[in-house]
Amino acid sequence: MKKEIRIGGFGGQGVILSGVIIGKAAALFDRKNSIQSQSYGPEARGGASKSEVIISDEEINYPKIQNPDVLVAISHEALLKYHTDLKRNGILIVDPDLAHMSEISEFIEKNEIKVYQAKVTKIATEEIGLRIVANIVMIGVITKITNIISVDSAKKAIIDTVPKGTEEKNIKAFDAGYNLDFN
Amino acid sequence: MTKELFIQGNQACSMGAIEAGCRFFAGYPITPSTEIAEDLAISLPKVGGSFIQMEDELSAIGAIIGASWSGLKSMTATSGPGFSLMQENIGFAHMSETPIVIVNVQRGSPSTGQPTMTGQGDMMQARWGSHGDYEPIAISPSSVQEFFDFTVKGFNLSEKYRVPVILLADEIVGHMRERVLIPDKTEIFKRVAPYENSSDFLPFKADENGTSPMPAFGDGYKVHITGLTHGELGYPSSSPDDHSNLVRRLTNKTLKNRKDIVSVDLKYCDDADIVLISYGSPVRSIIETVKLAREEGIKIGYLKINTIWPFPEEEIAKLNCDDIFVVELNLGQIVYEVERVVKSNANVHLIGEIGGRLPKPTDILDKIKDLV
Repeated sequence: MKKEIRIGGFGGQGVILSGVIIGKAAALFDRKNSIQSQSYGPEARGGASKSEVIISDEEINYPKIQNPDVLVAISHEALLKYHTDLKRNGILIVDPDLAHMSEISEFIEKNEIKVYQAKVTKIATEEIGLRIVANIVMIGVITKITNIISVDSAKKAIIDTVPKGTEEKNIKAFDAGYNLDFN
Repeated sequence: MTKELFIQGNQACSMGAIEAGCRFFAGYPITPSTEIAEDLAISLPKVGGSFIQMEDELSAIGAIIGASWSGLKSMTATSGPGFSLMQENIGFAHMSETPIVIVNVQRGSPSTGQPTMTGQGDMMQARWGSHGDYEPIAISPSSVQEFFDFTVKGFNLSEKYRVPVILLADEIVGHMRERVLIPDKTEIFKRVAPYENSSDFLPFKADENGTSPMPAFGDGYKVHITGLTHGELGYPSSSPDDHSNLVRRLTNKTLKNRKDIVSVDLKYCDDADIVLISYGSPVRSIIETVKLAREEGIKIGYLKINTIWPFPEEEIAKLNCDDIFVVELNLGQIVYEVERVVKSNANVHLIGEIGGRLPKPTDILDKIKDLV
């Protein structure tokens, strides 16, 4: 089994870190193979940012994603730029406060894309009181919807990655995303 | 105990440096190599080493040459624009036989080019960038694990032969994250110190492998270090014989020890009609291409170059196939070396990709089918 995830947003949202945590959860704790790579512009903040993770039971040679199974868009620009690469029947997760679906509804219908909306930025700001953990809320959402990594491994990877002293807040953020109801 | 981590190539490089005994880093941050400096700024002081952020790359390489002569294993890291600025002192390091490691995490070029995108445009600059006759050692990692392993190897070769070693990485290998195993014990080459009394010591008189023991500043030896042609005592000489002997000895350190230095990996080449050759991150593409092609019954293999310089001439000349495809992230550099070595024994083709994209295995396979 091989799964490809692409997370797109803008610099400063923690897009790259969320890919790192998912990749780490798969490689070190779920004992699968994974590769995380990224691309970003020369700007420190505000430019387009993209993080990609490949998770596989087999060895991964080519490290770049061609047609993701899962696209996570936390900016409108990322949604417009990357949605057409999604596999038929693929999963699209968006923060509807930052990316608007109306423009791509035709593509969604035609390719039978499964769309999930999660207001991760709002949840991070209002429930956790910390806007910068929106990316961790999103990891909770991704874990819930895709089952690509296990909950245990996700939490271990978060604790292993985030700065000391912030573990509790980050786990709370993960849980807030994981506990959302998508049915 | 062996440690298992999920880290970037650049982080693996800085860990490899510490493991190899590097205790001095001077550099000027540049994308996509910055994480190496960033990590060493934290980790070097913890092991008693020093980190200096310099004003530019000219001074960075000057500082590591000086630090090496004061007895510390030393390194700098940069990308194309900084590598250009270092060329003059790379020649000085060759002439003065100063062990140093220079990491070049290549990006789109020429000039400032594409800071955040990958490229392999500096292969020939690593070979010929400084003036004069010299034989560099350059190695190219294609995975995070190799970036760790090859950094250790780079230090070992540099110290053993007293030759600057260049790690020719690229943005993809520098920035991607993979699982990497950090062994609890690594084979490390310890710098050989002189054994004679200082009065009898000839600092540039070579042992059998062409290298001489290296004293450090403060050890009590009188050593004159110069970029000028010098005799065994180290003082400038205008004798044609002294020059010829010196430069031949310096180049032979690399050339006569080829077997110890050169490394390639071959797979599925025995029955192959077609062989793919690559180095650095596009190795990932050719391995996948070979897998796809073998599934279709195409007889294809690959040769992965680990040591770019000295060039693996014997290993490539031995290939017995009809067609060779060289896949590299430039408009043709190593392909000409392959042509030089293969002569008319096989058709040599270039698949050169620029712009920052890693060639897709399916695209490579299509090109092979078009041409062969």
